[in-house]
Amino acid sequence: MKEVSNNPLCSFLLVVNSEENVVTVRPADTLLYALRIHLGLTGSKPGCLNGDCGACTVLVDGTPMKSCLMLAVEGEEKAITTIEGLKNTPIQKAFVKHFAFQCGYCTPGFIMNCHALVHTEKDADETVIKDWLESNICRCTGYKEIREAVISVLHKLKKNE
Amino acid sequence: MKNELDYIGKSVIRKDALDKVTGEAKYTNDFQEAGTLHANLLISPYAHANIVSIDFSEVWKIPGIKAVLGDEPYPLVGEEIKDRSPIAYKRVRYHGEPVAVVVAETPIIAKRGVDAIKVSYEPLPVVNSPREAFQQDAPLLHEDMESYEKQERVYPIPNTNIANLNKIRKGNIEQGFMESDVVAEFTISFHPSDHAAMETRCAIAEIRPDGTVIFTTSSQAPFALKKLMKWYFGIEPGRVIVKTPIVGGAYGGKASIQLEVIAYLASKATGGRPVKLFNTREEDMITSPVHIGLDATVKLGATRDGMLKAAEIQYLFDGGAYSDKAVDISRAGAVDCTGPYRIDHVWCNCYCMYTNHPYASAYRGYGHSEVLFAFERTMDVLAEKLSMDPLDLRYKNAILPGDTTPTQVLLDSSRVGNLPLCIKRLKELMKWGEGQINEMDGGKIRVKGACCIWKTSTFDPDATSGVILTFNPDGSINLMSGVVEIGTGTKTVLAQILAERMKIDINMIHVKMLVDTQTVPEHWKTVGSRGTFMAGRAVLAAANDAIRQLKDRAACILRAPAEDLQVGYGKVYVADNPDFSIDIKDLAYGYTFPNGNTIGGQIIVSGNYTIPHMTYIDPETGKGDPGPEWTVGAQGMEVELDTRNYTYKILKAYSVIDIGKVLNEKAALGQVMGAMSMGIAFGGRETFVFDDYGRVLNPQLRTYRPLHYGEQPEYIIEFVETPHLAAPYGARGAGEHGLLGMPAALGNCLSSALGVQLNKLPLVPEQLWRISNEVNQ
Ligand code: FES
Ligand code: FES
Repeated sequence: MKEVSNNPLCSFLLVVNSEENVVTVRPADTLLYALRIHLGLTGSKPGCLNGDCGACTVLVDGTPMKSCLMLAVEGEEKAITTIEGLKNTPIQKAFVKHFAFQCGYCTPGFIMNCHALVHTEKDADETVIKDWLESNICRCTGYKEIREAVISVLHKLKKNE
Repeated sequence: MKNELDYIGKSVIRKDALDKVTGEAKYTNDFQEAGTLHANLLISPYAHANIVSIDFSEVWKIPGIKAVLGDEPYPLVGEEIKDRSPIAYKRVRYHGEPVAVVVAETPIIAKRGVDAIKVSYEPLPVVNSPREAFQQDAPLLHEDMESYEKQERVYPIPNTNIANLNKIRKGNIEQGFMESDVVAEFTISFHPSDHAAMETRCAIAEIRPDGTVIFTTSSQAPFALKKLMKWYFGIEPGRVIVKTPIVGGAYGGKASIQLEVIAYLASKATGGRPVKLFNTREEDMITSPVHIGLDATVKLGATRDGMLKAAEIQYLFDGGAYSDKAVDISRAGAVDCTGPYRIDHVWCNCYCMYTNHPYASAYRGYGHSEVLFAFERTMDVLAEKLSMDPLDLRYKNAILPGDTTPTQVLLDSSRVGNLPLCIKRLKELMKWGEGQINEMDGGKIRVKGACCIWKTSTFDPDATSGVILTFNPDGSINLMSGVVEIGTGTKTVLAQILAERMKIDINMIHVKMLVDTQTVPEHWKTVGSRGTFMAGRAVLAAANDAIRQLKDRAACILRAPAEDLQVGYGKVYVADNPDFSIDIKDLAYGYTFPNGNTIGGQIIVSGNYTIPHMTYIDPETGKGDPGPEWTVGAQGMEVELDTRNYTYKILKAYSVIDIGKVLNEKAALGQVMGAMSMGIAFGGRETFVFDDYGRVLNPQLRTYRPLHYGEQPEYIIEFVETPHLAAPYGARGAGEHGLLGMPAALGNCLSSALGVQLNKLPLVPEQLWRISNEVNQ
């Protein structure tokens, strides 16, 4: 028989958006690849595949991670949240209201990052916001709209406390 | 009933909003049908070389390989001159050029296949700038230029590297300089750079058994692809179907046809199977077409009191290795070769040069930001020579109704916006009167700089835009237009125009985002800030037809003459007695009388718009009428510069643009701000870095850095509204204009700060330091 691959595949449980999935991947497959190709969750976007753009950002145990920089197998026993897992959250509504997107390609990555930010750093000031968000590139907007969206949610969450 | 404008001018929520914030919006690469094969490119590591040999033997040993393409004379392609082999044959002319393509079951196998190809090259001398290309003894890129098939109205010069020359001759340039007391001459240059859209380009092609070719592609020009497939391969346009879903940023970069052709050839090589080709970031930056570079010399003459008399200009556009869209970009640069001023004597030679750089696609502004950097920097040089305030000089010469453009178009207040007002407002917003330079503590200075902008869009004179509206049984309307949703929100604005005209709830309008050339009417190309104008007119034409049909139907039922009826608020009603009315939903699918008799069926209407009276420009003088209107504006910047180490921070960026009429306020502000952001990056930091061998050293987003969050300045934007009478509600194109003056304004600002004349982009601290040092020595 012809040798087709020297890589054994591995199967494991990947918990994405609170659902358990059995995935079978190559050990070298990135989490982004597994999410998009194996699970059909195409909301996370490939923009550079080496950590420069942030379009692929997902949450791993609540922390934003670039899914192109993480292997799928590293996701085992972790809770992964993708844009498809966010429904009607304050940050999504704020992105709509403040026109914080145009072409929308960077938007899932930005929203994941912003979502984690507003829930992790409730008192975030400009510096903290910059620290969090400078990892993502948006080529369409002037970032002002994204800033306004984040700040509006921070205010709202504060008021509700 | 109320009669005010309900939707025009409002920040209506975008129709694509929900899809885009939930990850549901599907881009080309998100479509992954089972059975699709994957292509991967081998790209050239050299900027200029002969391909001595290619060996594919190892590739075929890898299981899962379906086809290997390369080392074959494919039909030549190109937008106006067929000078490019879609996959290089015998010779490469730029770093990144496709040399071979491997098609396989998965992208991973395809990549392994590419890695197994062995190529040997023989490097050739490199042409590394348009000025070099222009030298008599420069190596030639296209020795066979004469044999290339081309469109009319392209003027290449055989046995040179000139792909096209456009001439502008207005007035008498000698006389202009004779009337001048002061002359300023200035030379600028910058390399090509990139669009860096976040979605890299992607194309899927398949060939059906009957020969129909189906594409899915991230393109701004799905309809143009149909026509080019005819020119390239003789396939009738009816046999080509192009689908374009939502596009993840384009900025002109997706107006060229490139990957589609390769995917088509790859599909052909596999018996017509669907083949997907998705660019890596590195390929997207150098293999696919880039943002054009420019070398330029501008010489201006003016009287002592600052009246411009003459402009003598040479533009050498860096079209790169193949002419493709660069020919047309240089043409657009010629059309608006000066800034927005009244100048009676203009002489310009605008060349599109072949070099060994990646070739060019359109870029937001289509030649204008490039030309304006040259021209508006020279205006500041002139202002200094005249000892005049640079904005006063511009105000004095500002183009007005009654003046003519370089191509001798006579302007009126509909065809050109109000530039003096833009300059006046800019001065007020910038507190210009308080001085341009302010010394701060610690060796820092704050400085202001400004410039003016204008642009028309030079479309093909027969460019057309169509819209189809169909009604649903609930009275809601489906809107189909060939405008591609590239991020600009144009389709939402079209829905606003329709809602306004039909006086209908905007939620009752369903916009089809996907373009499918078989079922959606043509919109020539989604470029040049013309979607709202052309498709908007088509929407109005279709809406008028729908209103007519609704009234005709209602007339029988309401027993009143159609001309007494009005349409609005979901009803057709008698104008002076609104109690007599019928719901649109009861008419839109035909009206059924109680006994079952029915009149009419589903209402389906269409509209179409072509800009009237557009002409080609004359090859010898440039005279002609190439664009419907000129959007004008004034822009400025305030920068804090550290004179010790030449670093600086842009504090504020200003735009005052005559937009004709604001249709969707937040969308308009977003467009202008986003364009300014790109312009700031183009002026301040973005460039391809070429080595002596013409190789790009930074094809990655960490070495080629767009603006990141937190690096944006404060944006101050204001609109002036002088209506363009032919446009829906008077709106002018404005998707690009925010970008146009940013490099020039930044250059003017930093030049004033340092007391030197900066002439290269991008304006990185090293550049400032070098030029300041040269001058001080
Ligand atoms: S794709 Fe992961 S950071 Fe760009
Ligand atoms: S919305 Fe297009 S890149 Fe951010």
